[in-house]
This record gives sequence, structure tokens and C-alpha cells, in this order.
Amino acid sequence: MSVVELARPVERPRATPKGPRRRVTAWHRWLSPLALLVIWQIASATGLLPERLLAAPATIAATAVELTQAGTLPTAIGVSLQRVLIGFLVGGAAGILLALVAGLSRAGENAVDPIMQALRALPFFGLIPLFILWFGIGEEPKILLVALAVSFPLYLNTFSGIRGVDGKLAEVATTLKLSRGQLIRHIVLPGALPQTLVGLRQALGVAWLALIVAEQVNATTGLGYMINDAREFLRTDVIVVGLLVYSALGLATDAIVRLLERRALAWRRGFLA
Amino acid sequence: MATRLSGVARAFGDRVVLDSLDLELRDGEFTALLGRSGSGKSTLLRALAGLDDEVTGTIDVTGSVAVAFQEPRLVPWKRLLANITLGLDAPAGKAKAALAEVGLAERSDAWPLTLSGGEAQRASLARALVREPELLLLDEPFSALDALTRITIHQLVLELWARHRPAVLLVTHDVDEALLLADRVLVLDEGRIAHDISITAERPRHREDPGLVTLRNTLLAALGVSPEGRS
Repeated sequence: MSVVELARPVERPRATPKGPRRRVTAWHRWLSPLALLVIWQIASATGLLPERLLAAPATIAATAVELTQAGTLPTAIGVSLQRVLIGFLVGGAAGILLALVAGLSRAGENAVDPIMQALRALPFFGLIPLFILWFGIGEEPKILLVALAVSFPLYLNTFSGIRGVDGKLAEVATTLKLSRGQLIRHIVLPGALPQTLVGLRQALGVAWLALIVAEQVNATTGLGYMINDAREFLRTDVIVVGLLVYSALGLATDAIVRLLERRALAWRRGFLA
Repeated sequence: MATRLSGVARAFGDRVVLDSLDLELRDGEFTALLGRSGSGKSTLLRALAGLDDEVTGTIDVTGSVAVAFQEPRLVPWKRLLANITLGLDAPAGKAKAALAEVGLAERSDAWPLTLSGGEAQRASLARALVREPELLLLDEPFSALDALTRITIHQLVLELWARHRPAVLLVTHDVDEALLLADRVLVLDEGRIAHDISITAERPRHREDPGLVTLRNTLLAALGVSPEGRS
């Protein structure tokens, strides 16, 4: 992931004579998806692709508008967003807190890391039956599944980020007579931040995944419920709308993290630009 | 008042690097420490900087110590000014003055990774000097710089030393550098100070100075290198 981070500035088109040609190429990249969309629409219109398997693009667009106007879609999005948000905050706080405990002291590492490494090996989607037994089928098991999924990437990345801080800078801190608190605040935490942000992006990815799985199993509200309910009535158009909203939300949260990265890691960008 | 080391010893496994070493660094004196690669120069400097917990013997340093390392070791996520003031309560004005002294007044908002090698090393000197040390430890801080930048930084170091008058211990493997800068040159060999030579030549010094040429040959011989240009 960090390799991708390093590579990005190179992709950024520069103000070179190649500029206009690049723009044409970028436009060309839209051609094949558009062609696919047209073929899809024709296949649906001619009955080659029956609606019970996959609805036509036009139908899906109309359904999206309809669901939005009826308020079904915004309500479902609201419910799902809330689950992800709460789960993400709880799991993220837990993951980062545990990483601090493990990362900042040997005793903490011995106490926390073996447990986290063992739990990490658990397939957390396999925990759903247990969660249902423990928490029923309300909001808790869904939020907790998201929280659990989020906590591991944040824990692992923050922990390795803390441990990966340059020992030479720690020596500088010693010669500058920094206190332990100052060392943590000025050297260790900012040094671990790039890796934590990598963890944050991974965490958001699995957060949506965990939510989708949790909402498929049992839900009476939310996007997952909307999709499941649509399956009962063979409404492939509603299912596709639900899936598109999932991916749009995933992309949106990823964009927020990237914005955060660009601000927090400005010191690195100066070097790469 | 001075810095005194007595019976200082350090071994890495079976290899004894410092062997019951005695040394006194006098106030305001510019001392260069030479030695072959692996002779323990940096080990001695790290012991003085308080970075080595396993060194034994007595190290008596009065007053504050500051270090400039071989790599500038600026904290990359702090702008230049914040690097200078890191761990200090001093007002920003003092740090700005320190940056001005090394010719970086205009770069105080720059990220360290945008600085050139020479600029970063000058910033590292400013960060050390703003602490008004009585002992300034320089661990081969010029070795990674290009020849032209090195000449400018040599002059800068001499100016700063003349103005602030800390005792300086410069670890280097460059005999000419030692001869151009120092009042006193030490050669570390077999874990002890094998040679202790005073240089009284006036500054600014020139490599071609006959007195220095003789000293250079002596020092090179002490370092186990046969001086060139002699038949």
C-alpha cells in the first residue's frame, strides 16, 4: 500500500507538452465502459438478458431516482452509514489504543500483541453465529462486526509504525533532552502516522465489507436489507442500485482518507514533488 | 570546568574498542579526534553524548552537551524552525537568530526533506548551537558533503566556534580537516589516545603551510598510512 502512495505523484500529469495528448487518452478510457453499457442496454431491450437476471441500465437509473424520491434509499443509506460510522469509531479507537499500549512499552507488547495476533487468525465473518447468539439480531452484532474488522488493520499498522520509527531520531531526542512524553508526541506518534493512515484505508475497506456481510445475514433496515428484500421480489434493479451505492460510499470514504493523508503528510509530499 | 574521562572502557563482545581511556577536553578548545576506521572514535563520542549505556569508567561532563551527527538527523515532519526549537523553551526569536547565523533565515518554514545536504547540515549545527552547549560534539558532520560545500561549512564552523566558544570534539577521518580546524589533534589507537598534538598555527590556515605538511605526515604515519610524495 505504501508503494502505491509513493507512486502516486509520478502519475500526476505535469505541465508538459504531452498534456493535451494525455487528456485525449483519458477521454478514450471512457469509451469501452460506455460501449459495454450500450451493449448491456441493447441486450436487455432485445430480451437477450432477462430482467430477473439483470435489469437494464436505464431501468436501474429510473429505479435509483424512484427510490430516492420515495425516501427508501436515503433512509437505508443513513442506517448503513450510521452502522459503519459507529463501528469504525469504536473499532478504530480500540485498535489504535491497543497499538499504543503494545507499541510504547515492552510489557504492553507482551500483554497485548500475542492476543491480537491470535485473534487476527480468526475468520471474523465466522463469528456471526456467535454474535447473533450473544447480541441477538439488532444493531449491536452489526456494529461490533464492523468494529472488530476495523480494529485489526489499525492495530497492526499503528503498532508496526511505532516500532518502525527511526532509531536515529530517538537518539536525537536523547541528545536534545526530550522527556519521554515529548519523545512520544514529537517523534514516535508523527513517525507512526504514515503507517497508521495506510491502516486507516485498509480499515475502511474492510469496514464496508463487514457491513455488507452483516446486513446480508439479518437486517430489517439499511442497504443490505433493501438488497435482500429486493431478491425476494426478483428486483435486480434494486439490487444493482444497492451495490452501486455501496461502492460509491466506499470510494467516498477512501477519498476522505486520501485528503487527510495529503494534509497530514505534507512534509513527505514536499520531498516527492 | 573541563570534561574529564578516566578509565573509560567499552567492548562489543570480545572486541575491546575503548580500553581504560583517559582524556581531558579543555573549555573552549577545538579538538579533533582521528583514528582508523573501527578505532572507536564514534564510540567515544557516543559515550560523551550519553547515548551508550554500556560504557564503563568515569565521564565527567560539566555543562550542557550538544551533538551534530554525520547525517543531519532533522525530524522530517517538523518545519525547520520547529526542528531548531525542539525540546527547548527558548523563544522563537532565539531560534530564528540561530538559523540566521547559519544562513538559513529564509528557510525557517521549509520541510527538512526539501533542504540540500549542506543546508540540512547547517540546520543541524544551528539546532546544536541554539542550546548554548559547553561541549559540542561533531560526529563526522562534513563527510557526506561535496568538497565545495565542505569548505564553506568549515569556515562556518570556525566562525560559530569563535563566537560561542564551546569546547568542540570533532570526530573525523580526514587529517586535513583536523589540521585546518583544530587546536589539538588526538589519534585514537588500540582503545587509547595514542597521540595528542597541539596545533598553534594561526587561522585561517592553508594546506601548504610547511608546519602543517610536517604534521600531516606525522599524523598519517600515526594512522598507519605512508605519506605520499616522499621518496
